Amino acid sequence: MKKIIRVKNLVKKFGSFVANDHLNFDVFQGEIFGFLGANGAGKTTTMRILCGLSAPTSGEVNVAGFDIVRETEKVKRKMGYMSQKFSLYEDLTVRENIQLYAGIYGISSKTRKEKMNTLLKKLELENAQNKLISALPLGWKQKLAFSVAILHDPAIVFLDEPTGGVDPVTRRKFWDLIFEASHNGITVFVTTHYMDEAEYCDRVSIMDAGKIEELGSPVELKEKYHAQNMDEVFIHIAR
Amino acid sequence: MINLMIVVTNITKSYHDTLALHAVSLHIKPGELFGLIGPDGAGKTTLMRILMTLLLPDSGEAIIDGANVGENIKRIRQMVGYMPGRFSLYQDLTVEENLTFFATVFGTTVKENYDLIRDIYYQIEPYKNRRAGKLSGGMKQKLALSCALIHRPKILVLDEPTTGVDAVSRIEFWDMLKKLQQKGITILVSTPYMDEANQCNRVALIQNGKILEIDSPANLTKNFSRKIFRIRSKNMFLLIQDLRAFQKSESVFAFGQFVHFMGIYDQVKKIELIDYLTTKNHENIVIEETKPTIEDVFIKRMIT
Repeated sequence: MKKIIRVKNLVKKFGSFVANDHLNFDVFQGEIFGFLGANGAGKTTTMRILCGLSAPTSGEVNVAGFDIVRETEKVKRKMGYMSQKFSLYEDLTVRENIQLYAGIYGISSKTRKEKMNTLLKKLELENAQNKLISALPLGWKQKLAFSVAILHDPAIVFLDEPTGGVDPVTRRKFWDLIFEASHNGITVFVTTHYMDEAEYCDRVSIMDAGKIEELGSPVELKEKYHAQNMDEVFIHIAR
Repeated sequence: MINLMIVVTNITKSYHDTLALHAVSLHIKPGELFGLIGPDGAGKTTLMRILMTLLLPDSGEAIIDGANVGENIKRIRQMVGYMPGRFSLYQDLTVEENLTFFATVFGTTVKENYDLIRDIYYQIEPYKNRRAGKLSGGMKQKLALSCALIHRPKILVLDEPTTGVDAVSRIEFWDMLKKLQQKGITILVSTPYMDEANQCNRVALIQNGKILEIDSPANLTKNFSRKIFRIRSKNMFLLIQDLRAFQKSESVFAFGQFVHFMGIYDQVKKIELIDYLTTKNHENIVIEETKPTIEDVFIKRMIT
């Protein structure tokens, strides 16, 4: 299987504090990879490094075939990013947001038009294209935020707690989108505090105090810890 | 009404065109641990702010221990401790200075009420000279809780204390709340995590400014009289798609490692589902009847 992320001996220090302590892991193309851990375990630090926003102290990180330190800009063209807190501009319209992201990702104007129409149609937002984001219901916003994050057909999309505080129906509809993207070959790298969502991942890693303590499929981990669900696995490791 | 700590009657509140609360009524008994369960934008914070005398309702009435929130502001503020959703302490004061400040404002001392906060505060006491802004998330939360308790309130109101908090810290936080409840404090807490409903004596499920249901968590699931199958197969994505396409399906939602399925009028039999999924080439099919969770109840009330 093709590796989309390769991390070898990644270390990140802030002064004397070791936020990431010799991390080693791979993520395969098309898989849904759950990146779990307690608060302060070092997840955000790793995510920032994988996205090219922060440089590792030492170690080797390769994303979508490029070295994250030497070829940062090339990596950025191959990845999408979405967080729950901030993804769309509330005071721009649906159309303007799509245009903005298409521009940021350097999509040519011809392709942009096509993508715009396909996307508006797919999301059934044709009649709402000139509405401000702030006027949209949460479920629509989420769909749109995810769609613009993968507008440039990236190899991998990073989702940082995309469903925090979201109602149970919208949360599940969002996972429908994740399943669909993964089904279409996009690798999904996701963080969450909902342990039922950890069950939807092909594989998960669990971080604690800067180290990856466990990595495997939910089925493997539950067997290993004789646990009923991922909640029990997580509590076992992080406590 | 006898012996109620909080009585909310028909409260409505709008912000311009947005209806934040629509005829909300509930009551909370003394010593109760009461949960307000709902997603972002449901109206949880608005209701809490009204109870905390920080916001006036457009109509309706709220009484806290006999005092009206629109009239007896000073009395109410003395008897409630409030921990807002956003960290609201003074970032440039130290841990100890923040605590002393809140004690002084309420005309008391840290020493006088130390017994109440000891279990929580001792964990951050080693950092008492650190500025609040420099604390980690978990420590900030413990300091905020200590400050909310330092005047020995009758009622503690916490707005989403566990949002963005990992599963382990959430368990520890609920343990802390239960200890406070044992000391006789009435607690109103909001959360978007449905599973946390089970930690409360009673909960109100709230969505789009309306209360969907109020009851004990046990009753909520017990009174949910529908037949739910939990179903698993090798490919989750296709399983959900195929079940939704099944002509007798009413609702199909992912629930962790299973999909929860409800058939129209609860008429669907297990054997039918097995046959159907087999014709769709699913492998390793597991189908069994299961008990509802709070999320099943919430989803059902949301979509009907």
